[in-house]
Amino acid sequence: MALQSLDIARRSATTTDSPSVRQTTEVAKLIDVTTCIGCKACQAACMEWNDIRDEVGSNSGIYDNPRDLSAESWTVMRYSEVEEAGKLEWLIRKDGCMHCADPGCLKACPAPGAIVQYANGIVDFHEENCIGCGYCITGCPFNVPRISKKDNKAYKCTLCSDRVAVGQEPACIKACPTGALQFGSKQQMKDYAEERIVDLKERGFKDAGLYDPQGVGGTHVMYVLHHADRPQLYNNLPENPSISPMVALWKGVAKPLATLALAGIAFSSLFHYVIKGPNEVSKELEDELEEEDAS
Amino acid sequence: MIRNPKDLQRYTAPERANHWVVGICFILLALSGLAFFHPAFFPLAQLFGGGTWARILHPYVGVIMALSFVRMFFRFRELNRMTPADREWLSRVGEMVDGNDHNMPVQGKYNGGQKLLFWALVVCMALLVISGIVTWRAWLNLPVVVVRFGAVIHAATAAVMIGLIMVHIYAAIWVKGTIRAMWYGTVTRGWAKQHHRAWYRQMTGKS
Repeated sequence: MALQSLDIARRSATTTDSPSVRQTTEVAKLIDVTTCIGCKACQAACMEWNDIRDEVGSNSGIYDNPRDLSAESWTVMRYSEVEEAGKLEWLIRKDGCMHCADPGCLKACPAPGAIVQYANGIVDFHEENCIGCGYCITGCPFNVPRISKKDNKAYKCTLCSDRVAVGQEPACIKACPTGALQFGSKQQMKDYAEERIVDLKERGFKDAGLYDPQGVGGTHVMYVLHHADRPQLYNNLPENPSISPMVALWKGVAKPLATLALAGIAFSSLFHYVIKGPNEVSKELEDELEEEDAS
Repeated sequence: MIRNPKDLQRYTAPERANHWVVGICFILLALSGLAFFHPAFFPLAQLFGGGTWARILHPYVGVIMALSFVRMFFRFRELNRMTPADREWLSRVGEMVDGNDHNMPVQGKYNGGQKLLFWALVVCMALLVISGIVTWRAWLNLPVVVVRFGAVIHAATAAVMIGLIMVHIYAAIWVKGTIRAMWYGTVTRGWAKQHHRAWYRQMTGKS
């Protein structure tokens, strides 16, 4: 068995249950966008703990740096300048894997055990089983996984599953100087968010709320947003994300139906042969031709 | 060499070679593709040296198949034009399957079923090539909506095509004396007269 906190609940491309007798506490990271100052300490801590160094990019005129998530940048700050009620608001969102309860990446992945979901809710890639097909990117409703150009394996935030397994909080949480990042059981995080939302509402953010989208069964990375009614303000955070119906069709009903149909054709052919016998050239025809030849 | 000088030449050597290239590619593509489609088939990836190799090779084999299929399409396109006699044959295909083919309409080099299969395969190949290209992540990174659409089309079309080819192969096994046409190109006169009488007449000048 794996370390208790890392019991596996679900495994990609596996049709039988994972060991599930033991229950573990669901964990969650809470990102309080309203107290984030955009210092990028979380990005630096992520690089440091996970020992990944992205290539130094170029300045594109905005604070976003690196410009996008990559195989070496598992979390990036996204800065949006938005005008609200005649005032400029600088909305800063730490982007990365949301650790969905119903992960589209895991559903789409064809390689057994390349993507797992631990009983505590963390969705993790096991790159040694990854075949590099990119189906996880096709399946993800948040556009998070990235295929490395070096080794053609998919990478993303692990929620520091290695730290969580031994009772530590993820590296980004440890580095956050304002308390915008919190980590604990999912229930604790919801309770904490509730307090924050009450506070924000008192301060005039009447639409403040928690982002825990139910379309993907809830997430294990949640946001406190000042404008929870318009998550797309935060660099196009999807309003109502879910696994695309096309992915659900492709990796859902189509799989068993097509398999059964093909098996049906194979067996029908076999039994057709056994019941009707081979279609041979008739004896009369053969005789006719023989007569022709003789004459 | 198993040859009766009176046998009829059905396929030339280049035609046979072309068909075999397409056929071998198809088998490799079906085995590797199924591995990504359903976990039950994932062990098939071992035939290619593991999942990663299967993922790398599948699209390149697809390119070879697409090119050879285009060549085959131009070879056989004219011979597969549907005629009223073919539609008549298709409407009575039940009798054929039932094993009673004596009253079936007289057929040329290809019967209605073979022609229908030909055109169905042409449609499948076109869909597979387009959807295969848009999902080829080693070379392209298209918008995710396009890739999702491509993935569904690719999987569904591939399942249909595997089914069609199973029927194609079974028909060749069921109708005795057929497979040799793809091995060494000839069929017996009796075979031609029974299954493709119009073609037999055309080839021999006899009734």
